[in-house]
Amino acid sequence: MDQSVPQTDLKQEILTLFERNAGELESLSGGPLNRFRPAAYDDFNRLGIPTAKNEAYKYTPIENYLRGEYDIEFKANPFRINLKEIFRCDIPELDTDVVLTLNGFYYPTDQTPALPEGIIICSLNEASVRYPDIFSEHYSKYADTSADGLIAMNTLFAQDGVFIYLPPGKEFTRPLQVINLSHSLNNLRITRRNLIIASRDSRANIVFCDHTLCNQGYLTNSLTEVVLGENAHVDLARIQNENNLSSHIDNLFVHQLRNSDFKSHTITLHAGMSRNNFFVSLNEPGANCNLNGLFLCDQKQHVANFVLMNHKSPHCTSNQLFKGILDEESTGTFNGKIHVWKDAQKTQAYQRNNNILLSTTARMNSKPHLEIYADDVKCSHGATTGQIDNDALFYLRTRGISEKEAKHLLMYAFANEIVSEIFVDVLKTRIIHLVEKRLRRELMRCNYGCR
Amino acid sequence: MLQINNLHVSIDDKEILKGIDLDVRAGEVHAIMGPNGSGKSTLASAIAGRDIINITHGEILFRGENLTGMSPEERARKGLFLGFQYPVEIPGVSLVNFMKTAINEQRKFRGQEPITASEFLKFMNEKKKLVGMHTNLANRSVNEGFSGGEKKKNEIFQMAMLEPLLAILDETDSGLDIDAMKIVAGGVNKLRSPENATIIITHYQRLLDYIVPDFVHVLYKGKIVRSSGKELALELEEKGYDWLKETGEEIN
Repeated sequence: MDQSVPQTDLKQEILTLFERNAGELESLSGGPLNRFRPAAYDDFNRLGIPTAKNEAYKYTPIENYLRGEYDIEFKANPFRINLKEIFRCDIPELDTDVVLTLNGFYYPTDQTPALPEGIIICSLNEASVRYPDIFSEHYSKYADTSADGLIAMNTLFAQDGVFIYLPPGKEFTRPLQVINLSHSLNNLRITRRNLIIASRDSRANIVFCDHTLCNQGYLTNSLTEVVLGENAHVDLARIQNENNLSSHIDNLFVHQLRNSDFKSHTITLHAGMSRNNFFVSLNEPGANCNLNGLFLCDQKQHVANFVLMNHKSPHCTSNQLFKGILDEESTGTFNGKIHVWKDAQKTQAYQRNNNILLSTTARMNSKPHLEIYADDVKCSHGATTGQIDNDALFYLRTRGISEKEAKHLLMYAFANEIVSEIFVDVLKTRIIHLVEKRLRRELMRCNYGCR
Repeated sequence: MLQINNLHVSIDDKEILKGIDLDVRAGEVHAIMGPNGSGKSTLASAIAGRDIINITHGEILFRGENLTGMSPEERARKGLFLGFQYPVEIPGVSLVNFMKTAINEQRKFRGQEPITASEFLKFMNEKKKLVGMHTNLANRSVNEGFSGGEKKKNEIFQMAMLEPLLAILDETDSGLDIDAMKIVAGGVNKLRSPENATIIITHYQRLLDYIVPDFVHVLYKGKIVRSSGKELALELEEKGYDWLKETGEEIN
């Protein structure tokens, strides 16, 4: 970036944007959403946008991505989505229940999933009005606006997204697929906020797919809070496939109670910049959390995965595995921390990050990190960054397999460690297909959007 | 089938092979013996087309065609096979998928349709039986967690699957107990035919009790210092390689 050009005050611009539109924004939002804005405003005003001085953002120059001309929408865009049409565009059409969001707003369709009694899937804004008690018990309880400017910014602008509630003992009959779409005539700033509440003994398989429908730049600030009651199981897959003009900040907060089990699979295939932040809190004994991530990037893409795994209670387990393949001038970051609190004895926490660089200009920064205050724990962390194994490549080629195909096999095998853990077979098959196409570079070079 | 003329090879500017001549015809089995560091594996790598190999002089002709500059996969498709001394572990790639890809790439090269799933399965089961390979191995990642014997058996299994015209088995016997060696040798013998040829590279004479070679060559300091019939192997077993040192000096 050219340092000689005087930089406008981005923080002030964003605050002004809010002030000018606060009236409209708040009049369209439920009270429980608005309740958190004053504190979020103060926190954002105090914290601003994270800079390189902030260790967590050292290798992600987030401010560069947040600059630029973006429109903003305060109400649902009237664009009609043709479901048949969008499934043509590499969005997995699966045997799932489907809900949509458009530019961050929940998009109602006539195909409302038939759900077991008591399960709620609806617009976040609607939930804040219709189910204020459940909503207020959890909304913004885990995403601490005083900790990070981007969290504060999301809470400041949050209007809508997806709300999911599972009562005790209930489970989805089919996996739920949430398709997040972007469509606009100009570059657009999107704020999306989701809340997932899985009560005691409930189970949910959820997949989020992020897609752009136009050749515009989208700047998305998405935040999801997930709370798991005792013995609840949530499996969350996310496929990032937005165009390369887009930047996406995703914050995931997971709050786990006794014996609950949370698994996530974050597959980053596209988007110019993807920042995936994971904040997990294991609050009661027996909770388990697995975070898996795969990213494939080329051109000038930047992908960052940031994890804070908080072991606050004894006998909890966690496992992080993030793998990346970087080509051309792409850059990646893994910054993962396991924090074992003083009383969290018998913790088992593991972390691994493996990366393959396909070019001499790709760059990976990896920082595995342990902070342990208990004295009876099993923890490990490690990171590797290297090239494709030449011995393996030669071995495959001596069997008649072309260099290109052999490389593909090896990359695919590398990626498969993540993909094979995905819960639903149909989804796994589809993701395998997308990853294969991505590795073969057949998936749209998303500079031109989806069509 | 294979003709090597005055082959000089260097790796990282260090000359390893210093003028090799070798003639292998269809139906023949050749054994190449020699002490450690004499250049046996380098010769195998040169024939298979490893990129660290630099041919400074001479040529390798396979069925009349010069192999210099040809990619390893092209050589394989034309009927060459290298059994590795140290088979590589490839996590995440199943042996089944690996073999299917290899066979189909070779079929594509010959202008044939891809093999059907049922044909492939039948073919594979046949070959597994031939080398006495455990069924479960095929579903595991290539060589990952295989014992030494399983890895070598797997090399012979792949050879059986790919049906090469010329197989070069580099130290296939190293690290094998007698039972495993018998199985490996049995596989090689069953695959022997008047149309194909085998080069066995070995340090010890032991394997040659089970696979009887037509010719034995002794490689020392980058040169073939003696070539003879199978009786040479026995002589080597008896005398060791020490006598070579004198002979070698004379030649140099």
